[in-house]
Amino acid sequence: MSGASTRRQFLRVATSSLGGLMVSGWLPNVGANQTAGEAPWLRNAVQLFVRVEADERVFIGARGPEIGQGVRTSLPMLIAEELDVSWDQVTVEQLPYGVVAADSEAGVDTKYGAQNAGGSTTIPQSWLEMRQVGARVRDLFVRAAAQTWDVSIDGLKTKSGVVIHPDGRSLSYGKLVTLANSLPVAEHPLALKSEDAFQIIGRDTAVADARDIVTGRAEYGIDGAIEGRLVAVVERCPYLDGEIESYDDSATLAVAGVRHVVVLPIPSKTEFSEHLAVGIAVVADDTWAAMQGRKALKVKWQPGPWATDDTDKFRDTAHAALKLDGEVARADGDIVAARAGADQVVEAEYFQPFLAHSTMEPMNATIALEKDSALLIASLQSPAAASRLISKLTGINRLNIDVRLPRSGGGFGRRGQNDFVAEAVHIAKAVHKPVKLIWTREDDLRNDWYRPSGAHGMTATLDSRKQLTGWTHKVAATDRRFRIPYLAGRDSWFTCLDADAFPAGCVSNYLATFTAVPFGRPLGWWRGPLPTFVAFANQGFMDEVAHAAGADPVEFRLRLLGEARELKYKGHGGPIFDTGRLATVLQRAAKNIGYGRALPVGHGIGVAAHFVFGAYSAHAMEVSVDNGKLKIHRCVCVADVGTPVNPLGLDAQLSGGTIDGISTVLNLEVTVKDGKIQQSNFPDYRLLPMADAPDVEVDVVQTDYAPAGAGEMGTPTVAPALVNAIFAATGKRIRRLPIGDQLKT
Amino acid sequence: MAVKFSLNSQETEFAGAADMPLLWFLRDYAGLTGTKFGCGIAACGACTVHVDGKAVRSCVTPIASLAGKSVTTIEGLETDGQLHAVQQAWIEEDVPQCGYCQAGQLMAAADLLARNNNPDDASIAGITNLCRCGTYPRIRRAIKRAAGLLAESNQS
Repeated sequence: MSGASTRRQFLRVATSSLGGLMVSGWLPNVGANQTAGEAPWLRNAVQLFVRVEADERVFIGARGPEIGQGVRTSLPMLIAEELDVSWDQVTVEQLPYGVVAADSEAGVDTKYGAQNAGGSTTIPQSWLEMRQVGARVRDLFVRAAAQTWDVSIDGLKTKSGVVIHPDGRSLSYGKLVTLANSLPVAEHPLALKSEDAFQIIGRDTAVADARDIVTGRAEYGIDGAIEGRLVAVVERCPYLDGEIESYDDSATLAVAGVRHVVVLPIPSKTEFSEHLAVGIAVVADDTWAAMQGRKALKVKWQPGPWATDDTDKFRDTAHAALKLDGEVARADGDIVAARAGADQVVEAEYFQPFLAHSTMEPMNATIALEKDSALLIASLQSPAAASRLISKLTGINRLNIDVRLPRSGGGFGRRGQNDFVAEAVHIAKAVHKPVKLIWTREDDLRNDWYRPSGAHGMTATLDSRKQLTGWTHKVAATDRRFRIPYLAGRDSWFTCLDADAFPAGCVSNYLATFTAVPFGRPLGWWRGPLPTFVAFANQGFMDEVAHAAGADPVEFRLRLLGEARELKYKGHGGPIFDTGRLATVLQRAAKNIGYGRALPVGHGIGVAAHFVFGAYSAHAMEVSVDNGKLKIHRCVCVADVGTPVNPLGLDAQLSGGTIDGISTVLNLEVTVKDGKIQQSNFPDYRLLPMADAPDVEVDVVQTDYAPAGAGEMGTPTVAPALVNAIFAATGKRIRRLPIGDQLKT
Repeated sequence: MAVKFSLNSQETEFAGAADMPLLWFLRDYAGLTGTKFGCGIAACGACTVHVDGKAVRSCVTPIASLAGKSVTTIEGLETDGQLHAVQQAWIEEDVPQCGYCQAGQLMAAADLLARNNNPDDASIAGITNLCRCGTYPRIRRAIKRAAGLLAESNQS
C-alpha cells in the first residue's frame, strides 16, 4: 500500500535485523493445533505478541483498540506479568487487526484473538489469554536456559527478565533470545502465577504512550495518512430514510480544490445497511475545500417516513404505552395477588432521553482501495466488522484488507458501528483514489446510533409491616428492530430492560415487561446502554419505596439484598449476581461519604448501587440546590470489579465515568422535531466543563474474582444517586432526565 | 498572496485559501496532526494553539490573520527536547484517557500558567476546553503540579 507507514513490516524487519524473538511462521488454526480449553489461535499467536531484543528491551503488542479505556496499557501488563519482565523494560506497540487463512466458511480466522472494544469485555476476555501468552514465552526462555546449562527446568526461576539457576547463576532473556526462538511453543496451557506473586498486575501503571499523547505524536484515526488521499465530507439527509429530490452541485464544483461530487448509494429501508443516511459527498484536495464545497451544495430532500417524528410526542406515547401489558421478560410469584393484598402501593413513571455519543474525535475513516487489497486507518471498536464490511462492499479477500488500530478519540460504544467506514468505501470506489472521510461535529451529533429512549413504569407493593411484597418494572421504549426487523424477544429489547436486575430474586412477586415504541432513529451502545438506562429508574424508585416504607434508603436496600448469596443473572456480566458484593459497595459508599452524619442545612445525601456487566458499582452524593442551581459537595464512587489490573487506570475510568454521568444527567439529550435532530454542536449539547466537574472520591473494593472490565462501571449509578440526593436536600423528586431546568421550578 | 508567519520557530508560508482556518493548514499541509478537530466553532478547545504566546482556537483562526505572527502547536511546546512543565505534569498525574482533547488542554494550561504562576481551582475553571472522558480532576492536579515544577525551575 503506497505511502502509509506499515508498522507490521517495521516489526518484522526490526525483529530479524536485531535478532529478536522472531515472528515465526504461525500455522493455520486447524485441528492439530487445538488444545482443549484454549482458543486455537493462541498457540500460534504467542510469539506475535512479544519481541525481546538482545539489549533486553521487551516489546509487547497490544491487541485491543485503545479508545480511552486504557487497554493499550493493561493488556501488555497481563503479558509482562507472566513473562516475568520488569515493566521498565517494556515498550508497548499497537497490533493491527489480524486475520489468518483458515479452512472454514469465512476463509479466515482471528490472528490475535478478540480485538473488539465493547461491553467492558476486553479485560475479562484477555485475563487468561494474555497471561497465557506471557507464560508461554517465559517458558521458551526457561527451556533455553536449561539447555544452555544442561540442567532440568525444575528449579529454574525467573525474575525481571532473567532466568536464575539454583546455584545463583543467571542468564538474561536478551542473551537467550536466539536459542529461545528456535524452540517450539508449549502446546498446552501452562500454570499461571498465583495472585500473591504478581509484580505488575495490581500496581499503579501510567498510560503506556502518555509521552506521545502529550507531545502530539500519538496517532488517532483522524490522523491516518495515506499518500494521494482526497478529503471527503458528506451532506446527509436530515430526515432518516429521506431521499434526494434534487440537487445542484455547480457552485460546489466551482470551489477551488473540489474534485468530485459523489451520491452515496441509498440505504435499504427494510434491512440492515452498512451506512445510515442518504448523502452527497464532496471530495476535495483538502478538508477546508471540501467543507466550502459542501456549503455551496444545494439539495432538496424528500423527508421520508419519519418526517413527523417528535421526541415530545414520543415521550407521551411511551408513557401511554406503559398501560399496555407488554411482553413479559420475567414473572416471579403472583404480582396481581401481591397488589390485591397490599397495604400500600407505590407507583411512579420515569423517562430518559436519547443521547449522542459525542466522542471528542468525530467519526472519520481513511481508506485506500486497490484491485486486490485495501488499507483502512480509522478509530474503531469493531475492526473485525470493519474488515467484513470492506470485503462485502468491494469483494476484496479479507486476508488482503489491512485494518490499523490507531488510538481512538473516545468510543463509548459509537465506534461499535462502522457506518462511516462504509461511507468511505463507497466514496473511494467512486473516485478511484484513497479518501479521508471527515465528519463534522454536526454530522456526528445528527447521524449517531443513539442511546435508547423511553419510559419506565415502576410499581411496588408493601404489606402492613412495610415489607416489600411486589416489584414491577415496565419499560416502553425504542427497540433495536430499526433496520434489523427480524430481531425478536430479548434481542430486540436487551439494552432497555434488565429483567434480572436487583430486586429481582430478592422479592417474591416480580414482573418485568417490555413494549416497543417505534421511533426513526437507530440505537447504539452508549457507555453501558442497559445499566445506564435501567439504574436510573430502578434505583431512583427504590429510594421512593424506601421513603414510602418509612425506612432509611441504605438500610432498605441492604435488608432486601439480605444474606450474601448468588442469584442467577441471564444478561451480559452473568451468569451470577452476588447480593453480598452489591451490599458491600453500597455500604462502603455510605461509609465513605459519612452517611447519617449531621449535614449543613439544605444539604442531602443520596445513594445508588447497581450490578454493571459483571461488576458492582455504587455512588453516594452530597448536594445542595440554591436558586435552582445544583451544587455537588461530595461525590463518592465505589466499585468491585474483581481483581484490579491497573488501579491507576481503574481510578481514571471510575472518576471519568462518574463525570460523564454527571454531564449526562444535568444537561444532555437529543431531541427531534419534525423528523429532524435539533441539536447541532457543543453549545446545544453541553458536555460538562471543568468548572462544574467535582473531584470524585474513588474507592475500589479489593476482591480476588477474575476481573470484570472498567469502562462502563462508573456511569450508571450517578443518575439515581444524584436524584436521590436532590430529593434528600429539597424534597423534589426528579423522574425525567436530563435534570435541565427542572430544579428552577 | 502568500501569508508568512512563524510556526514552531520555523518561518512558514502558505499561498492557499486565505480564509482556511489554521487548524486545517496545520493538519492538511504542515503535517502537524497533534492539533485536533473537535467542533469547528471554537466551542471545545481541542484545536487550541498559541499565537504570539496566547491560547487561540485554531479552528476559527483564518490563516490570513497570522501574517507576521508566531504560532506554537503542541509539537512545538517542548524546548530543546525538554518537555514543558505541563507535559511533564500531565505524565506524572497520568491525565490522558482517550487523550484526544489533551493537546488543547495542555496548550490552554500552558497559557494559563504563563499568566498566573499559582492558579487555584477557580482560575483553572476558566479553562473551557471540553473532555468527554472526564479527566478534569487530574487536569486540575496536573496544572498545580506544573506550577510547582515551574517554580522549582525558576529557583534553580
